[in-house]
Amino acid sequence: MAELLAPGGPGAPASERGHEALQHHFASLDQQREAAALGMWVFIAQEVLFFGGLFVAYTVYRGMYPAAFAAGSHHLSWKIGFANTLVLIGSSFTMALGVRSAAIGKSRRVVGFLLATILLGSVFLGVKYFEYGEKIRPCLGGGHHAGCLVPGDGFDPSTLHLEGAPGREAQIFFSLYFAMTGLHALHMIIGIPIIGTIAFLAGKGRYRPEYHTPVELVGLYWHFVDIIWVFLFPLLYLIGAH
Amino acid sequence: MSEHKVVSWKVYLAVFLALCALTVVTVEVTGHDFGPFNLIVALGVAITKATLIVLYFMHARYSPRLTGLVIASSVAFFVILVFLTLTDYLSRPWPLAAAGS
Repeated sequence: MAELLAPGGPGAPASERGHEALQHHFASLDQQREAAALGMWVFIAQEVLFFGGLFVAYTVYRGMYPAAFAAGSHHLSWKIGFANTLVLIGSSFTMALGVRSAAIGKSRRVVGFLLATILLGSVFLGVKYFEYGEKIRPCLGGGHHAGCLVPGDGFDPSTLHLEGAPGREAQIFFSLYFAMTGLHALHMIIGIPIIGTIAFLAGKGRYRPEYHTPVELVGLYWHFVDIIWVFLFPLLYLIGAH
Repeated sequence: MSEHKVVSWKVYLAVFLALCALTVVTVEVTGHDFGPFNLIVALGVAITKATLIVLYFMHARYSPRLTGLVIASSVAFFVILVFLTLTDYLSRPWPLAAAGS
């Protein structure tokens, strides 16, 4: 009876029986890890459709108002978007190296790579803050709103090269711009403290090669957020020939 | 029971460099006017980048087949979402471009 109740149960490999990380309803650490990873993938599949609604709205409205979308896109700085794309890809690279370090049991390197990921993610958000500020600040003065690009009454299309397309069509582009990049940034804002927590626990020596599932799962989340940006960058910043 | 595979850091470096190179490609292409092909190239490059991230950074290549099924079904459901929405919008009696003017 004691045998049956022991962590891992009777099916666990002898070497893993009683392992502190192995929960009793799993047969082995491998099975436990695969179940957790599968759960994370199902969550990501759901996230694809969460962002998917915005991508479909983008597709329909870009089809309706191609000129206004091109004008709005030209107004965004592709150089800033390009630099930020490289920063985010870099953060995915350090995250991949962090997960690898956890898998081979180098806890101090895990902390270093996760902190580098947080740093690069913060740089990305800082640039985004600057980009948002440029478009939002003119709207705050009251009265005249020259250069305001927040959709609504204060929206000023005069700085866009609309070539005859109505300003309200450009407002749809900027609505989607703020909604899509905002939802993406929100995912990063949620991700950064989670990475920080995992880095803290890694520093305390919580993870070992045979058990580092939390590092792996936060990695999956971060890479997914990177993939969303991989699509947002060309769709928002690079419409038509520049 | 699958062996927990540790990939060489060189693989990650190669993927990282490929992602950077593809980002340069997607910006370079925007410098030329290929008409509708600009969008096709932009999406093709983005899909290639996403595939690299999923296969290597997210270890889909070394994961159980069930993981592949989840990934494939999430893509499939997104395609259904786009496809069914467009069957409506593209089959309306008025042209899309004229709808908003």
